Amino acid sequence: MSPQKFRRLETLMPWIVILGTIVIWELVVRVFSIRQFILPAPSEIYVALIQYREPIMASSLFTLVNTLIGFAIGIIVGLLLGMTIGSSRLAYSGLYPILIGINSVPKAAVVPILVLWMGIGAPPAITTAFLLCFFPIAVNVATGLATTEPELEDVLRSLGATRLDILWKVGIPRSLPYFFASLKVSITLAFVGAVISETLASNDGIGYLMLQAASQFRTSLMFAGVTVIAAMGIAAYLISVFIERRFTGWATRRQDVGTTGGG
Amino acid sequence: MARQSLPITTGTAVQNAAAAPFVELDNVGLRYSEAVDTQALSDLRMTVGKGEFAAVVGPSGCGKSSLMKLVTGLLPPTSGVLKVAGQPVNGPLKIIGMAFQNSTLLPWRDILSNTMLPLEIVQPHRSRLRSNRKEYEALALSLLDAVGLGGFEKQSPWMLSGGMQQRANLCRSLIHSPQLLMLDEPFGALDAFTREELWAVLQDLWLQRQFTCILVTHDLREAAYLADVVHVMSSRPGRIVASHRVDLPRPRTLESTFDPKFVGIVHRIRGEIAQVRNESKLGIAPVQGAV
Repeated sequence: MSPQKFRRLETLMPWIVILGTIVIWELVVRVFSIRQFILPAPSEIYVALIQYREPIMASSLFTLVNTLIGFAIGIIVGLLLGMTIGSSRLAYSGLYPILIGINSVPKAAVVPILVLWMGIGAPPAITTAFLLCFFPIAVNVATGLATTEPELEDVLRSLGATRLDILWKVGIPRSLPYFFASLKVSITLAFVGAVISETLASNDGIGYLMLQAASQFRTSLMFAGVTVIAAMGIAAYLISVFIERRFTGWATRRQDVGTTGGG
Repeated sequence: MARQSLPITTGTAVQNAAAAPFVELDNVGLRYSEAVDTQALSDLRMTVGKGEFAAVVGPSGCGKSSLMKLVTGLLPPTSGVLKVAGQPVNGPLKIIGMAFQNSTLLPWRDILSNTMLPLEIVQPHRSRLRSNRKEYEALALSLLDAVGLGGFEKQSPWMLSGGMQQRANLCRSLIHSPQLLMLDEPFGALDAFTREELWAVLQDLWLQRQFTCILVTHDLREAAYLADVVHVMSSRPGRIVASHRVDLPRPRTLESTFDPKFVGIVHRIRGEIAQVRNESKLGIAPVQGAV
């Protein structure tokens, strides 16, 4: 296979896999005549998507807004925490165990507490999204800062650089690839958080919609909800990847050169 | 003690008085904590004249890097007096340039802006840089040209070979015209041919710019090729056990390294280091010595 053909196939691969899955799914449902409330065929999910497009649109917008607000707070808090932990050993030893503790609590268990404090709807959804997504950002940024070469720090300190100088000139640029890598994980986690909270305590959003659909055995509508969540997650992921390429091309270029050089 | 049998000076007597002393270490000791075995340097005496090229060699783990940190003001000595340019050192010195074995170029900057990094930190360049960018860029370009990196200024560091990265590293350490250049095994990771090429590059820079230089290395030929004076350090806790003046004309070439005088000096230093290493082995493991 020529390199160009391989490249083209590489970019087409996700679509081939998705289409293939849909086709096989459709065939399996028809051939074994699986009942709709157990597993609806993709065509039926599509019909449900069109039929309920208005409530689906409204719910997904609600979920999207909650997710993005939680994500934004997560970025700010994660960045600040990561920079603190990464540049101060005292902050690291003091905060890290607590962070691990917060991160290991299942968020579904926290939602009732949040409801107690904030009521239902958007506030607990935003908070759950935030709680799920700040941790990877903080840990990654801290790692990026902590892996600054000590020699380089010596060179700069011997020139009279302050800690802020070193953070600004070296630490932050160095941790940017880690930061963007964590965004890709965090944005999908933020969706998970928002939907969990909506499922447990909300009168709106995709999570609530799916709960309603489940109670009425409208399985195709549930799957339509899942499809929309997945689509939003993938879109947000792709946007993160795009931003990552834009800002930290220097970190991935080396690999590109390697592969083209090898091929 | 057997240590006293080591020559403190040798036949080619060291005459530091020729130049005014620029770096003076008098009975300097460095200890990382209260424990005895963290004594990195003890009673270290060394003088480097202004404009002189000094090399420090010694067995591995003898505290050469600690010496670097002391002279650059990154660590204060625990005992003794350390003076640079006549002033006791207390804190980082801005008149110093540093380069390490690892080139530590920033991968997100091209070679030119990597070279100009110190200008963004050291005064008065720091406040002048923005308004006099062109002038500073010209300065950096001429320096890059001098080490044979002309035309590479827009390249990213990872596009360059190890030797070229190390050339850029040298430029970065010299861009703010430091009076003292500290080098910690700068060519240690390079292949033999590139290393010898860079000896010549460094010697040319030194001859042109007349800075004082302290080179820490374990390559004895490198030390003898580049330095006016080679200081030999003992095993930990490190101190200077011998100093040799290398009396060979400048500029030295690879031919100089085959000069009998050159070979003689390298041979003598090798013998001394072997002796210090043996002593430290006996000192650390007396039981083995008894067997």
